[in-house]
Amino acid sequence: MLFTSYEFLLFAALLLVGYYLFPRAWQWRLLLVASLVFYWLAGPRYLIFLLLTASSTYAVGRWMDANLRAQETTLTEQRQAWEKEQRKSFKAREKKKRFRMLLLGLIFNFGMLAVLKYTGFAVHNVNRLLHAFGAENTLNIPSLLLPMGISFYTFQSMSYLIDVYREKVSAERHPLKFLLFVSYFPQLVQGPISRYADLGPQLTAGHAFSSRNVRWGLERVLWGYFKKLVIADRALIVIKALLDEPASYRGMYVLMMILLYTVQIYADFTGGIDITVGLSEAMGIRLTENFNRPFLSRSTKEYWNRWHITMGTWFTDYVFYPLSVCKPMQRLSKFSRQHFGNAVGKRIPVYLATVATWFLTGLWHGAGWNFIVWGLLNCLVILVSQECVPLYTRFYRRFPRLNESAVWHGVQAARTVLLMGVIRTLDCYRDVPLTFRLWGSMFTTFNYGDLFNGAVLDLGLGRADWILLLIATAVMFAVSLWGIREPVRAKLDRHPTAEASAVALVFLLIMIFGAYGIGFDASQFIYNQF
Amino acid sequence: MEQLLNILNELHPDVDFESREDLIDEGILDSLDIVTLITEINDAFDVSIPAEEIIPENFNSAAAIWALIEKLDEA
Repeated sequence: MLFTSYEFLLFAALLLVGYYLFPRAWQWRLLLVASLVFYWLAGPRYLIFLLLTASSTYAVGRWMDANLRAQETTLTEQRQAWEKEQRKSFKAREKKKRFRMLLLGLIFNFGMLAVLKYTGFAVHNVNRLLHAFGAENTLNIPSLLLPMGISFYTFQSMSYLIDVYREKVSAERHPLKFLLFVSYFPQLVQGPISRYADLGPQLTAGHAFSSRNVRWGLERVLWGYFKKLVIADRALIVIKALLDEPASYRGMYVLMMILLYTVQIYADFTGGIDITVGLSEAMGIRLTENFNRPFLSRSTKEYWNRWHITMGTWFTDYVFYPLSVCKPMQRLSKFSRQHFGNAVGKRIPVYLATVATWFLTGLWHGAGWNFIVWGLLNCLVILVSQECVPLYTRFYRRFPRLNESAVWHGVQAARTVLLMGVIRTLDCYRDVPLTFRLWGSMFTTFNYGDLFNGAVLDLGLGRADWILLLIATAVMFAVSLWGIREPVRAKLDRHPTAEASAVALVFLLIMIFGAYGIGFDASQFIYNQF
Repeated sequence: MEQLLNILNELHPDVDFESREDLIDEGILDSLDIVTLITEINDAFDVSIPAEEIIPENFNSAAAIWALIEKLDEA
């Protein structure tokens, strides 16, 4: 059931009405049933894998919790009898036990994700190797089921397990409440990747009807549909046309692809998140924000603090930090300091962990070399920028007023967005060598005149649609900028007539200009496939 | 504490680490800075800061970082 389908609208409307008609203590049960029905409709067999993840994570969480409680009981009983050293060694022994339990949960769940998502990719690469060494027989590429949203719910569940191990949260005792945390349907297919401490208690707490929550939530949902149906799916028509024969659309068309895909993925992903967050807000549930105006970022590092925030913080907290401060890494750093000097030694943990994190981030996005190269290129830009910090410092010492200039900030933001857009086309073209050749063609194929001779009107959009796309995109960014100091909904809240007019206008725009009907096909959200 | 301040000042000479209490909240120290800082601290104070201690409360000010070092030293 796509978020853009009429079935979903009916499903969400019925849920919202039912949610507030139910007694508060029962609301979470309704949410659970709705989530399971939603997932079951996506594919009944998917549900098996979701239940496997939820049950195994729940069991390991409870197991670690039981061990922790037993540890506390023993320590209380032995308070008088044990010396400090004895208590310390007992605690360390028990923590090791819990670490082994955690490991079991991680291996089982990441193993399931790896098998389902990456077996085909692994076999494909083995076949290429076999072929390179002259083997004639190759392995069959298995066709495995890929449950919807598996990357999202696996990451969310594993963050819970690690947080229980780190004693940041207590294990959830109620299995069905935990199942709701894993399966909560609005965020199941494209995030945000929530933490248990933020989301778990909210899902199971009762929420009284609040007209403001419902109004604000539905306004955000509406805005999400505007971004998706008026902008993203309209831009997608041209993108699909360009991808029909990518090698023949060179030069200016590559630049067009970069800019259009930047707009399309932004409208698509933030639009989807708006629908998710808005629907949750209408039920009184606040999800973690996943975006913070990434188009204003002045550097790649800043961009990744503003784009897909919950995925970024997941990788930082559960991959980058543990990897960079683990004992082997610190020992390697010490060794490098002694043998290659302080400058090299202190960079070792940062560099190795950054490369590993971006490699995995690429792999998370998809089982393909294009995604891995995409991740590593992001990493390269971040590390090169890091090395250039002394250069930037000298530059700004020489031109101190530049750093305060809004124009200069705009130039930096445009550069960052363009750079991210260039790298991101690896998502679209999929073929790495072809993508590199197409990037090069921007400087060798001078067909920029096609912009003005009507050739772009043969890509699926007529003149009116192009103009509409440009205006709608400008409106989308203008509204985002307008809400920097205070959310737009808060501004509108003070002027009920303006609020009603804005809602009616956006609704009409979606009805009239939404990319559906004859010649259009409301598509799946891009991040559903991850 | 003085040694810690020296490490911090080397990382960001332009920041007044004695007064700031929002090093993480305001993005003064990012993830790359944190790891560089931990590597330096581990080496200078002979402690081992584990990943679970990397939370904003422990790194928002020089005093909080110092408290973390003392806690790990005693453990």
